[in-house]
Amino acid sequence: MTLGFIHSFETFGSVDGPGVRFVVFMQGCPLRCLYCHNPDTWKTSAGTSYESSDVVRRALRYRSYWGEDGGVTVSGGEPLLQIDFVTDLFKDLKKEGVHTCIDTSGATFRSHAQYLKKFDTLMEYTDLVLLDLKQIVSEKHKKLTSVPNEHILDCARHLDDIHKEMWIRHVLLPSYTDNEADLRGLRAFIDTLSSVKKVEVLPYHTLGIHKYESLHLDYALKDIEPPSVQSLTFAKEILEFQKP
Amino acid sequence: MKEQWRGFKGTHWTSDVNVRDFVQQNYTQYDGDASFLEGPTAATNTLWAKLSELQKQERAKGGVLDMETEVVSGITAYGPGYIDESTKDLEKIVGLQTDKPLKRAFMPYGGIKMAQEACTTNGYTPNPKFEQIFNEYHKTHNQAVFDAYTPEMRLVRKNKILTGLPDTYGRGRIVGDYRRVALYGIDFLIKKKQEDLANCGCGVMVDDVIRQREELAEQIKALKAMKEMALSYGYDIKDPANNAREAVQWLYFGYLAAIKTQNGAAMSIGRISTFLDIYISRDLKEGTLTESEAQELIDHLVMKLRMVKFARIPSYQQLFSGDPVWATLEVAGFGMDGRHMVTKNDYRFLHTLENMGPSPEPNLTVLYTKKLPKNFRDYAAKISIDTSSIQYENDDVMRVEWGDDYSICCCVSATQTGKEMQFFGARANLAKALLYAMNGGIDVKTRMQVGPRLPKITSEYLDYDEVMTNYDLVMDWLAGLYVNTLNLIQYMHDKYYYEAAEMALIDTDVRRTFATGIAGFSHVVDSLSAIKYAKVKPIRDDDGVTRDFEIEGDFPRYGNDDDRADEIAVWLLKTFMTKLKKHHTYRNSEPTTSILTITSNVVYGKATGALPDGRKAGEPLSPGANPSYGAEKNGLLASLNSVAKLPYEYALDGISNTQTISPDALGHSEDERVQNLVNVMDGYFERGAHHLNVNVFGTEKLQDAMEHPEKPEYANFTIRVSGYAVKFIDLTREQQLDVISRTCHKAM
Repeated sequence: MTLGFIHSFETFGSVDGPGVRFVVFMQGCPLRCLYCHNPDTWKTSAGTSYESSDVVRRALRYRSYWGEDGGVTVSGGEPLLQIDFVTDLFKDLKKEGVHTCIDTSGATFRSHAQYLKKFDTLMEYTDLVLLDLKQIVSEKHKKLTSVPNEHILDCARHLDDIHKEMWIRHVLLPSYTDNEADLRGLRAFIDTLSSVKKVEVLPYHTLGIHKYESLHLDYALKDIEPPSVQSLTFAKEILEFQKP
Repeated sequence: MKEQWRGFKGTHWTSDVNVRDFVQQNYTQYDGDASFLEGPTAATNTLWAKLSELQKQERAKGGVLDMETEVVSGITAYGPGYIDESTKDLEKIVGLQTDKPLKRAFMPYGGIKMAQEACTTNGYTPNPKFEQIFNEYHKTHNQAVFDAYTPEMRLVRKNKILTGLPDTYGRGRIVGDYRRVALYGIDFLIKKKQEDLANCGCGVMVDDVIRQREELAEQIKALKAMKEMALSYGYDIKDPANNAREAVQWLYFGYLAAIKTQNGAAMSIGRISTFLDIYISRDLKEGTLTESEAQELIDHLVMKLRMVKFARIPSYQQLFSGDPVWATLEVAGFGMDGRHMVTKNDYRFLHTLENMGPSPEPNLTVLYTKKLPKNFRDYAAKISIDTSSIQYENDDVMRVEWGDDYSICCCVSATQTGKEMQFFGARANLAKALLYAMNGGIDVKTRMQVGPRLPKITSEYLDYDEVMTNYDLVMDWLAGLYVNTLNLIQYMHDKYYYEAAEMALIDTDVRRTFATGIAGFSHVVDSLSAIKYAKVKPIRDDDGVTRDFEIEGDFPRYGNDDDRADEIAVWLLKTFMTKLKKHHTYRNSEPTTSILTITSNVVYGKATGALPDGRKAGEPLSPGANPSYGAEKNGLLASLNSVAKLPYEYALDGISNTQTISPDALGHSEDERVQNLVNVMDGYFERGAHHLNVNVFGTEKLQDAMEHPEKPEYANFTIRVSGYAVKFIDLTREQQLDVISRTCHKAM
């Protein structure tokens, strides 16, 4: 049995997939996004270990709040770093008839057969993927997150190939991700993916700054303000849509 | 069938007073959405503008616009009064407590000293003759209670382990069935009470019979006075109401009689929405009323309920901050026959918050169950998100106990309309009791010997079993003293400040409940958990009294859906309730308890020393059944699950829970927010929880409102606190800070 290393749980997640959701924040992330509001989930050698059945038992205590849409979302950190555990967890949740959702950057995705076998097994038990597309231009992506975006775009294409339902999320960060040409480029890419059901633009916020202070980490975006309403509306017009 | 009853079905209710039967036979369910609702009429806008201006002046004057100093309040003490003489014809529903809007009446029967002090502390001088009248010629409730108190009762009162007792103000919480005035007219009600008087006793004069006969005589006098008062406004209410406007007006006259004679802490108007819908539906069908006119009637009634005021003393305002009157009014709920009771009128009442903006009064309460129509649940959630002005109570747990015609008589307590009355009894501070258990009954604040002389605990670290043994003994002592103190208070209230107007609209053979309450709940639970699961080292003064605690290690806290802590919570409630039940209660009433503190958590906290859960001396206790500040580590639903574990059957007076959710944490779009809030309530109440106050705003807004109360957008900024709603800017700064420091559930 694989243990999962978990940073924390949120019993009332309402912006991490459809409806009211139990959110599992996995520990560890290969990216170092400048705007990350959960830098405390970066380190891989931390977190508390849980068995899948523990997590299922915890989650099911909140079933009465889920209505018809809600369920469990695994976020992080980067959940795909612990793909074996997440697969076990989703298998167990599907046995209970729970809607499952994974919130990922796609950065650990690889196209070789051995990885795909694992990935596709996980997808068998996954109802929805929330995929972050942070920057369509790879060099800019690297500047923002410390890694280029090729694997991420591959991940999106693969999810489309296997017809996996996706919501694309894009954090709007002034001077990093709000360039019009980049936004239009991103939209053009998204338009090649038929399994995308929804695109959400999330305005950058500064709620996570205090965590950097307590972790003694430098915060690189000190001088950057959240986007203006106009800029947010503009980006939403370019990117957002929703399909039934 | 009387002409006024044309078109109504049923027979039982026509020969006996039985409003429930009338409602069940005649109401029309509504499953549709809110699109039928109408905006405010020109008259509503004019009147509301005038009233808003008066409220502004009231605030500018420090909270009181005007006070009576010459006239003792009574049902017929004043002639007619209007919001403004020049616009009186616009008022579809008329009647004021005094001769002028927002003018506070002089009500001495609860206690002459308090009535005088309420005037003088607000800069008014009551006529000196009252001093003599109510000390020499007539005794008041407060004097009577203090005449009879034992030294021990005075001691616990002084040391504030029992606080907020209704010995200086009206006990309130008695809901007359005001619908009866509309359905039957006064003359029929007098006739029925006269029959009861004729049948009261077999002629052998024992205490019960004598008292009952005197009370019935008082009730009949009150009914006659109601008729006279209504006549002064040009209405003869001897006969039943003939149409919707009369029904609203007749009903309101009944309520007006109550608030002219009693300054109870809570003066609910009760479950009137479905009842009034029957009249409105008939008029709509007969073509004598339009939807816009129907909404106008409800808007104007609600405007009147927003005007109810009482003269209060400063110490009262510390307990119940923000000038509340708990004009509690219920909508929705389910019938015993399985039909939901949502009518168009339930929408109209909630819609008043859109037509006239947010408001703390009336205390709008949705009797909730997941089985209510989805349209209605969505609309209520939307109103919550927009106004933070309504509360929710679980009809599925209450219907089992109280049937399908109960009213909420205060913040959260149910009472069968027209069949029951309640003896309200404030609360006992169980957190202080825990400190008594460690300190041999000595109060850490005053160093007086208050509780039983137990051996003080002297060990270096607190031992769970040792503390529990003492705590059990202290709770035994406290429960007995508490019940007996209340017995004495209720006896005197009946004798010197009897609620004749309300009781005239309640069955003569009334069922009585005896409502006690618990304060400091979460802190006791967390403290016991700390003693059990962590190491707690008392820091003692030279006299051996513990003044503070050092806590080593972590411990489970109530509010995280952790059974280790939550089981202690359930144990505490059951244990204290069981101890209360051992004692005889006045007039053979049924004892109940609540976990509900109003805003008094701040005052109670001041009188409570440091606790083993890490709460410092003097800090506010957490309100109602809420988990302690900062205890909730797993989000909103974990917190709700903890509270939902408390069995309502042991706290039939109510379990209050107040939660604040930032709009961002509820969803990205309005539709998401509505759906998620509905899901939260469906889930919470399905687990058997009792009550939820829902606030939707961020801490930033509270901070800004505290710093800039003059901004127009904060004039009516309403928030839900324990069991009621209040305008945030009317709270003391201390209470504002307390509200801000509570958990706001935010998006991650």
